[in-house]
Amino acid sequence: MWIAFRAFFSLLFLGRLPREAARYLPALPPDVAAGDLPRAATGQSAAQNPRPTDASATISAPPALAKPAAAAEPARQSENAAALRTEGALMLLTLLQREGRLLDFLRESLDGYDDAAIGVAVRDIHRDCRKVLDAHLKVEPVMPGQEDEAVSVPKGFDPSEVRVIGNTQGEPPWKGVLLHHGWRVVDAKLPTLAGDVDRHVIAPAEVKLT
Amino acid sequence: MSRYIVGIDLGTTNCAAAYVDLEGAGEPEIRQFLVPQLVAQGEIDERSTLPSFLLLPSADEVAAEAMSLPWARRPGFAVGEFARERGADLPHRLVASAKSWLSYSGVDRRAAVLPWRGAEAEPRDSDGEQVSPVEASSRYLGHLRAAWDHAHRDAALADQEVLLTVPASFDAVARELTVLAAQQAGLPNVVLLEEPQAAFYSWLARSGDGWRKALAPGDAVVVCDVGGGTTDFSTIAVADDGTGNLVIERVAVGDHILVGGDNMDLALAHTIAQRMGGKLGSWQQRALVHACRRAKEQLLGERPPDKAPVTVLGRGSKLIGGTLRSELGREDVQRLLLDGFFPSVAADVRPQKRRTVGLKELGLPYAQDAAITRHLADFLGRHGRRPTAILFNGGVMKGDALRTRIAEVVGGWFGQASLPALAGTDLDLAVAHGAAYYGLVRHGRGIRIRGGVGRSYYIGIEAAMPAIPGFAPPLKAMCVVPFGLEEGNTVDLPGEELGLVVGETAEFRFFASSSRPQDKPGALLDPEQAELVELDPVEATLPAEGDTEGRAVPVTLEAKVTAVGTLELWCVARDARGRWKLEYSVRERS
Repeated sequence: MWIAFRAFFSLLFLGRLPREAARYLPALPPDVAAGDLPRAATGQSAAQNPRPTDASATISAPPALAKPAAAAEPARQSENAAALRTEGALMLLTLLQREGRLLDFLRESLDGYDDAAIGVAVRDIHRDCRKVLDAHLKVEPVMPGQEDEAVSVPKGFDPSEVRVIGNTQGEPPWKGVLLHHGWRVVDAKLPTLAGDVDRHVIAPAEVKLT
Repeated sequence: MSRYIVGIDLGTTNCAAAYVDLEGAGEPEIRQFLVPQLVAQGEIDERSTLPSFLLLPSADEVAAEAMSLPWARRPGFAVGEFARERGADLPHRLVASAKSWLSYSGVDRRAAVLPWRGAEAEPRDSDGEQVSPVEASSRYLGHLRAAWDHAHRDAALADQEVLLTVPASFDAVARELTVLAAQQAGLPNVVLLEEPQAAFYSWLARSGDGWRKALAPGDAVVVCDVGGGTTDFSTIAVADDGTGNLVIERVAVGDHILVGGDNMDLALAHTIAQRMGGKLGSWQQRALVHACRRAKEQLLGERPPDKAPVTVLGRGSKLIGGTLRSELGREDVQRLLLDGFFPSVAADVRPQKRRTVGLKELGLPYAQDAAITRHLADFLGRHGRRPTAILFNGGVMKGDALRTRIAEVVGGWFGQASLPALAGTDLDLAVAHGAAYYGLVRHGRGIRIRGGVGRSYYIGIEAAMPAIPGFAPPLKAMCVVPFGLEEGNTVDLPGEELGLVVGETAEFRFFASSSRPQDKPGALLDPEQAELVELDPVEATLPAEGDTEGRAVPVTLEAKVTAVGTLELWCVARDARGRWKLEYSVRERS
């Protein structure tokens, strides 16, 4: 499961798959391509991957050598991945705009408004976008502990989870100070898509008839 | 044997469902069924409730494809969150409050009259699909059924044990129509349960054995259920059955009152809109109602601030420039909500018959008096049972200040500072939860609330007297169903004989009362003096068989409360040569 979530968010935000997921890609079920109402087309299809996910595939394990994808379908694979990536991104933007007016806000010039006027609007935008986040993505710190306090970086840590800054000579464990606890999405639940609707329309134009 | 028990709250503004898996491990656990529904064009998500709104748009208003569901492509209509939100822009395509229409005898509830087109409707609104109140209710239930079946491929809802809640104030006709709506939705075997009882069951389920400590013989709990659009009261009493066992009995139900939380939010929004001065678009109007609801919850909550901000972002894509800001003060809430809807009144006041506050929609008989405490005084005054505790239900009752006000007002009527409240239920979801628990009770796992029918029913009989030109013969009402007749029981009325003419339709006037538990079957009274409420007439047609046409057949009446919770009236021929069911005639009455 974890790999599936991570795969989706790497796709969505970084545009690439995490290493652990790469070896599962060939098994993307064909119905995703057929558009059989994938759950938000999020790549959770990978979560439904019937292939057993063994314990060694968890996040802390050193990545296994990525096996080359089955040679037969590499082109379709990347097409699928691109379509999923786009649909997931559009969905999230649609939610943030519909519930929180985020796109309106980001596209509006702040020049000419004083901080108080912006503040009034931002309170609402913050509350409503936060609601979208809470409803659809469960986010947790990567590293427990208080910021600016001492932490230990264990042996065998994953550099994609912990970015160490400074002198890295010798072997971990290392002692350090937590600057930012990081963020990790531990659960994602986006709406299901139904019907053949143009997902590129984030918000329809509104016309009051006279 | 079904695997699941499913409780469905078919609400005026929101539906909800809860279920128990009888094959699950351990103690049966009641779970909420999250309802997948259209939340935006082409977008399905789960919600804890299904808003009871039906949108019937033209293809230009909403693309047919955009209303597709995982189980139905292009259904041609939408129910739930998207219907409510988009429908606010398209009121002429939106069916709301279908349940209130279901209990309103002013229209034919099987005729396609919704969305209601009153005299004020514009001509261009006069096209488009309309549905009957029964059909609208059946679409909500049909959505729940399809959503359930989609999630439980091997346990179709029609094969499960389904408990469907109705307001305690629903009369026999509205109950019958609710069962009909369920049948049309593909749920042929539902059992009805009154909503305040369901809320009480939810409290029982949540308190476990603790209820025996919380309540003692002689206690009476008044259930105060204020939903989005309706208010419903019941009294549930605890007694000792003589052998030391506690029994719980629903001893009184109130009338149907069309006032609820939506009226309160609208009252606040109306005040703020005036303060904002500007013209608000429909989107902003809706945003304002939401903002007012949030501010209301803050101001009615524990440790409320003095003021809560109400902001409405700009209508167009320039939101900061167009943002409107105002605030709602504690005194606004005090004046508009506490004093408007829950005034401190004496025990002997009665609801005013003239319209005071509230929203007016052509057609429905909205409560003329929005003061819920006056309706409560009326209810408690009429059945005379002194309450010892109160159970709140409905989302509106989340406001601490509102609960405190009601408990103090009712307590004051009985010389107490405040009436103790039973706590622990989820005010939004208790009815569905309690309905599922009632399913378990029917399996012998828990205590049952005894109650039977919440009204007594009467048939109009013309008194036998010489005809006087210009005067209709005086009408007597004969009690055919006493208050409290339990499910599965039958009442015979052998004494009174009526003549039915073969081949013709016989129609009887039909009355009910929620405040005459003393009437015995066969009792004759004057319907006006007894303040009976007239319902839709009942009728029976005796098929002509051979030579008997035109002959009068002497019959007696028989009344039965079915296991489902509906009421059946039968005409039984004296010589046992036949029996004919009296059907509710829901045609529009002039």
